[in-house]
Amino acid sequence: MKYLFFILFFSVSFLSFSQEEIKGTIFEKNESNKSLPLLGANVYWLNTEIGTVTDFDGNFSLPYKDTYKQIVVSYVGFKTDTIAVKNPSKPITHSLTPTSSLDEIKVISRKQATSRSYLDSQNTMNVSSDELLKAACCNLSESFETNPSIDVNFADAISGTRQIKMLGLTSPYILIAMENIPTVRGAAQAYGLTFTPGTWVESIQITKGAGSVVNGYESIAGQINAELQKPTKDDNLFLNLYGASSQRLELNAHYNTQVSEKWSTGIYVHGNTHQEKHDVNDDGFLDMPLYNQINVMNRWQYTDNENGFVGFLNVRFLDDYKQTGEVNFDPDTDKLTTNAWGSEIETQRYDLSGKLGYVNPDLPWQNLGVQFAFSNHQQDSYFGLRQYDIEHTSVYSNFIYSSIISDSRHNIKTGVSFTYDNYDELVETTNYERIDNSVGAFFEYQFDNLEKLNLTAGARIDNHNRLGLFVTPRFHMRYTPWAKSAFRASFGRGKRSANIFAENQNLFSTARNINIIASDEGDIYGLEPEIAWNYGVSYLQGFNLFGQKGDIAFDFYRTDFTNQVVVDWENPNAISFYNLENDSFANSFQTELNYNILKGLDTRLAYKYYNVKTKYLTGEKIKPLTAQHRFFANASYATPIKNNSRWKFDVTYNWLGKQRFPSTVGNPANYQRPEYSPEVNTVNAQVTKVFSPKFEVYAGGENITNVRQRKPILGTDNPFGSNFDSTFVYGPIYGSLYYIGLRYRIK
Amino acid sequence: MKKLLVVLVLLVTSFSFSQNRNAKASLDVDGVCQMCKERIEKASIKAKGVKFADWNVETHELKLIYNQKKTNLDAIKKSIVAVGHDVSDMKATDEAYNSVHKCCRYRDEAIKENHRTGKME
Repeated sequence: MKYLFFILFFSVSFLSFSQEEIKGTIFEKNESNKSLPLLGANVYWLNTEIGTVTDFDGNFSLPYKDTYKQIVVSYVGFKTDTIAVKNPSKPITHSLTPTSSLDEIKVISRKQATSRSYLDSQNTMNVSSDELLKAACCNLSESFETNPSIDVNFADAISGTRQIKMLGLTSPYILIAMENIPTVRGAAQAYGLTFTPGTWVESIQITKGAGSVVNGYESIAGQINAELQKPTKDDNLFLNLYGASSQRLELNAHYNTQVSEKWSTGIYVHGNTHQEKHDVNDDGFLDMPLYNQINVMNRWQYTDNENGFVGFLNVRFLDDYKQTGEVNFDPDTDKLTTNAWGSEIETQRYDLSGKLGYVNPDLPWQNLGVQFAFSNHQQDSYFGLRQYDIEHTSVYSNFIYSSIISDSRHNIKTGVSFTYDNYDELVETTNYERIDNSVGAFFEYQFDNLEKLNLTAGARIDNHNRLGLFVTPRFHMRYTPWAKSAFRASFGRGKRSANIFAENQNLFSTARNINIIASDEGDIYGLEPEIAWNYGVSYLQGFNLFGQKGDIAFDFYRTDFTNQVVVDWENPNAISFYNLENDSFANSFQTELNYNILKGLDTRLAYKYYNVKTKYLTGEKIKPLTAQHRFFANASYATPIKNNSRWKFDVTYNWLGKQRFPSTVGNPANYQRPEYSPEVNTVNAQVTKVFSPKFEVYAGGENITNVRQRKPILGTDNPFGSNFDSTFVYGPIYGSLYYIGLRYRIK
Repeated sequence: MKKLLVVLVLLVTSFSFSQNRNAKASLDVDGVCQMCKERIEKASIKAKGVKFADWNVETHELKLIYNQKKTNLDAIKKSIVAVGHDVSDMKATDEAYNSVHKCCRYRDEAIKENHRTGKME
């Protein structure tokens, strides 16, 4: 077809030479106002196929008829112009504007907000900052709400903390990293995702399945990596204000500047506060905590392209305070008393991290990387009469060398890592102290035949003072039998120590007795480490339908626990932790369809099925509070840009099937829960008005249909009694919530 | 730490430079698009002794790093013309040229034009 068009195009232009001609010259518009002629620009009469291309000096001549009124001039990398021709005998001179000096929004709008790679051997989704803007709020835990691969739900009815799940497994089984340094772990496990403001994040990579061995042995269900804003790429000045109908207020400010030829720096400040008490369901307890947070980060970026060095240095400080519990609770008079049930959680965290990368300018395949991170995390808290304090000091370092074997189809990565973790916990009256350290070495081989196949095979060997000496193998491959397709398969092993209290802090907001059934060789709270294998297959197919792009993906993953630390909620008066071997598994199936129905209108549909079973001491059961079926739909529409401004609309619908409640059979009848929760339907929507590349305003609603779980807390009549429990949460506690915000940036 | 790094870097690079195992060359290879890029780079890499190949669509420059002990420039050029791309002083046979995808016919002015004007990617 294109061919035919060209033959036509040429024959028409040749035939018409005998007619009257119009001449002209096309230039390139530039800052220094030099007249640079543009070679190869397209020049044609509007609504015709009569046209030509400019020559070396930018000159062209076109046949003329008096029905022709307007000339279109276009060239790749330049803005297309239409010129009216009034006097055909007069030569035309015209300058084209390079698109690079136009708004960058134009480029962004063509990029998909979330994309899957057709080439990577791992099943990785890249979530750009565009996608992150769809959920206008506010931190990393909330940024997955438009992503069907990750489930976001409330951990309990007290702390307002959201918990994420992947492949049906909770976040401790996911390796969550900032710029490839594992961050949300240990003491930060429960609230860590809320400690990274959404605007600090440049992009997120979500890898399902075992993942690479380079970042450690802990990941089981998958890996999530958040890339933060870089001082050289982020806006010079960025301001974001957010206010919600719940009276939650947030402020984000970034300032980036180049200090010298090689050094750039950025300061990122985040503050949020919520001081209004809400009790929509009249149970005497706050629906969401009162809180405030100050979060400051300073990044330094070093770039020396000539010698191949790039480095980052980050310093970060966080102070977070939450107060929750009964509406009439006053910490000054009621703290740790039975006057009223209340809770305060105070967290302070310091982070210091650095990265240095070197790419050999002579041998582009050779590079070295060093990562180093130090953090101190301190949480002091109490929940009713139960006290929980944790201090976690952590050191992480990793040295990576990459190169090739024989040619660039065979890549290798190898290196060594060292970790140190010091935990100091006070659980009610018991003190737990432990030091973990490990030294490990890894090797990863990547083969790419440049066509249909690539694979990554890696292994690491670690010597850990509690987990022992062990090998972690991981394997990924991708095969493309036909165009726009990718079949993937992976398997891998993960091993970790379960920090039972830090990971299950919601247990403190219950009257349950803590019951640890120690193993003979258990060294971590008397328990053995967790070991699991993960296997997965997936298929991705891109297509073009009615001239628009789309893709469909299917994936199936299975996690088999060789040894699991079971968290047993099945007795309403106790929470038990014990090791069980070879019995628990998690199966997850997901299908997802992305289709760009019209220009600017993207849709995403997903269905997910989970079969997660745990073998308790009392028998095999479906994992509690995990919906077996989930349906997800998202539509986003952006209008074309007119005068630098545009509208953006986004709607997300979520349906969660029934979820099993942990057994309450042992409770008196009025403190019992049914076997299953009802289904949950929620709708979120957002509208953004972009006024200019510098300024935009957004407004939206969460849970617009006002779906609420009526009685999220059990035993509110006597919070210090034996039936108090806030962990039976299956849906939203607070009803609909509306917000408005603005973003202002200077490039 | 930095010192250690520098020492390591020096070790690695001096090791690889001591023999002429990483000879560099730049060739002018004719082609028009991303598909050509893939074909040219693949043909280069698959040639014995070639470690790295990067072809630039705009400048037609092919940057090579290869092991002189295992191959020479002539052999590499031969593998490139064999898949249908002209190298500065070596022409591809018509048969090889015709084997490239229609949109990659870089000797055809009309097709070159299409790529230049963005009518083809």
